[in-house]
Amino acid sequence: MAGPVLAVDNLATHFFTRDGVVKSVDGVSFEVKPGEVLGLVGESGSGKSVTGFSILGLIDPPGRIVGGSIQLNGEELVGRSESEMRKVRGKSLAMIFQDPMMTLNPVLRIDTQMIEAVLAHDAVSEKAARARAAEALGMVGIPAPEERLFAYPHQFSGGMRQRVAIAIALLHRPSLIIADEPTTALDVTIQSQILAEVQRICAESGTALVWITHDLAVVAGLADRVAVMYAGRIVEQGGVDDVLDRPCHPYTQGLIGSVPGAHPAGARLHAIPGSTPSLKHLPQGCAFAPRCTRADAACAVAPPITMNQGRAYRCFHPAAQAGASA
Amino acid sequence: MLAFILRRLMQAVFVVVAMVVLVFFGTYVIGDPVWMMVPGDATIEQVGEVRRTFGFDQPVYVQFLHFLGDVVRGEFGRSYVHGTSAIALILARMPATMELAFAALILAVVIGLPLGLFAGLKPEHPAARAIMAGSILGFSLPTFWVGLMLIMLFSVMLGWLPATGRGPVVSIFGLETSMLSLDGWRHLLLPALNLALLKISLVIRLTRSGTREAALQDYVKFARAKGLSQSRIVGVHILKNILIPIVTVLGLEFGSLVAFSVVTESIFAWPGMGKLLLEAIQRLDRPLIVAYVMVVVLLFVTINLIVDILYSALDPRVRLSESEA
Repeated sequence: MAGPVLAVDNLATHFFTRDGVVKSVDGVSFEVKPGEVLGLVGESGSGKSVTGFSILGLIDPPGRIVGGSIQLNGEELVGRSESEMRKVRGKSLAMIFQDPMMTLNPVLRIDTQMIEAVLAHDAVSEKAARARAAEALGMVGIPAPEERLFAYPHQFSGGMRQRVAIAIALLHRPSLIIADEPTTALDVTIQSQILAEVQRICAESGTALVWITHDLAVVAGLADRVAVMYAGRIVEQGGVDDVLDRPCHPYTQGLIGSVPGAHPAGARLHAIPGSTPSLKHLPQGCAFAPRCTRADAACAVAPPITMNQGRAYRCFHPAAQAGASA
Repeated sequence: MLAFILRRLMQAVFVVVAMVVLVFFGTYVIGDPVWMMVPGDATIEQVGEVRRTFGFDQPVYVQFLHFLGDVVRGEFGRSYVHGTSAIALILARMPATMELAFAALILAVVIGLPLGLFAGLKPEHPAARAIMAGSILGFSLPTFWVGLMLIMLFSVMLGWLPATGRGPVVSIFGLETSMLSLDGWRHLLLPALNLALLKISLVIRLTRSGTREAALQDYVKFARAKGLSQSRIVGVHILKNILIPIVTVLGLEFGSLVAFSVVTESIFAWPGMGKLLLEAIQRLDRPLIVAYVMVVVLLFVTINLIVDILYSALDPRVRLSESEA
């Protein structure tokens, strides 16, 4: 069996701001196998986007990767120079952003933006690059791709722009795509179309996917495995059905509990008490302890990762025993 | 697009008419040009004679109607002082002024754009802070003083460049220019730099703020995620976005470069329209003043039109909304 496409080990990305160090990502480890879809779930500010940008080496000052390792197809990315990183970006590692209205340059035509992406990594003629761009547009379901290449971004709808961004990500058939909430800004029908499209393309080309989102419904439908982030750490990860059906960590449980659909109409929704802690002043032990109903004296120490039958969680008092059949 | 240009030309006509009225009555109020024309020991009869010859004895509205009739026929009369066609005098001096303004514009872009880009990309760098401090000086130092200092430094103390005048003029394709010889450039450099100083500062500040804003945009991060080189990101993705406001402002400023070259031209004895205007105002040479103002107004209107057209070439979104309208 082939090794993982992506292996993140103990990654730490901190932001050195004027009023203190913000530990946006602190000790995150996960792996993605070839063709696998990993859902990275968490609230706003839990560090999931920073994790994504860290993998691409796109953390701008005052932020910086302070520790850990990121291996793409067995090659270390942390500590690479900017020019070495550039050879990876867009080639074997691509990214799709959250807001399709903002990711395409408004004053450049689609063909300019796609052809430059091809030429950034392959020494081919402009004609060949154009043909590849048109092919990629056709692949993501844009009709009449040769003509649409001459359009400007503002002549596309939001959903179409996101398709263009996905097509750009697919240009070099990367082994991994990091998708940072790419459907959040789209309306629900477009969202499901895009999801189906991405799922199909990744399955066909064997591209692995890290899908960053706060939407558990999306994860349930798309991901093979899920990692739940809280305050810069992964608190639980495992197979998507396992984690969603039998959450071990009280935070995961709370997250699933607050999805409105699971309750009878008119009943009060569950909410996790309190709010996310400031990343500048994290509690000593478990970051979730102040909001947790199961917390006790033991939680004053940061819980280590417990491995149990393909599940991993950071909790002394797991809510459900992993592997216990329902 | 055609409707847009026609609408613009209609507006221009109104501006021109308003300017004609303002300038005519403005110069009428300033003083009686007759006293500038007759010798100091002239008799009352002689003064009256001159007055009748030029039609100054008639009521002001009759004078104005006469003047208007001339303007409609494209004539601004003869200069009281030079005795030749006013518009011809202005046009003869125009190439020198245009050359100076054009050289200043080039300097503003060539110096301002790279400095502004640098200051915008590395705002914390000491050199970037020095550039910004320098641009404040460029804004606040008066043009005439800087001109004198330039002459002091480069002509008097160092002796590198000539202080006044214009170099040898060559005519190519009917355009007179002194930009084709080394001596021409030596004469042009100081006045052009003097005139450009304010615009350099302007371009630096515009470029810097535009760059800082654009650098934070998602499309720049996405361009980086595509694996593009830094030079491609700055040179294409950022530059094309920030060029929109810069082209607009520079276009509008080109008109003011021409109009305000008056100061620079008098300091460096540059034989352009501005110098001619100063002399005309001192002698109350009304046809010449009016002709100058008309030329400048037409210049402004034309430039604004060109800027609008350029703008739509740079920003595709402008084109679309125009065709929808």
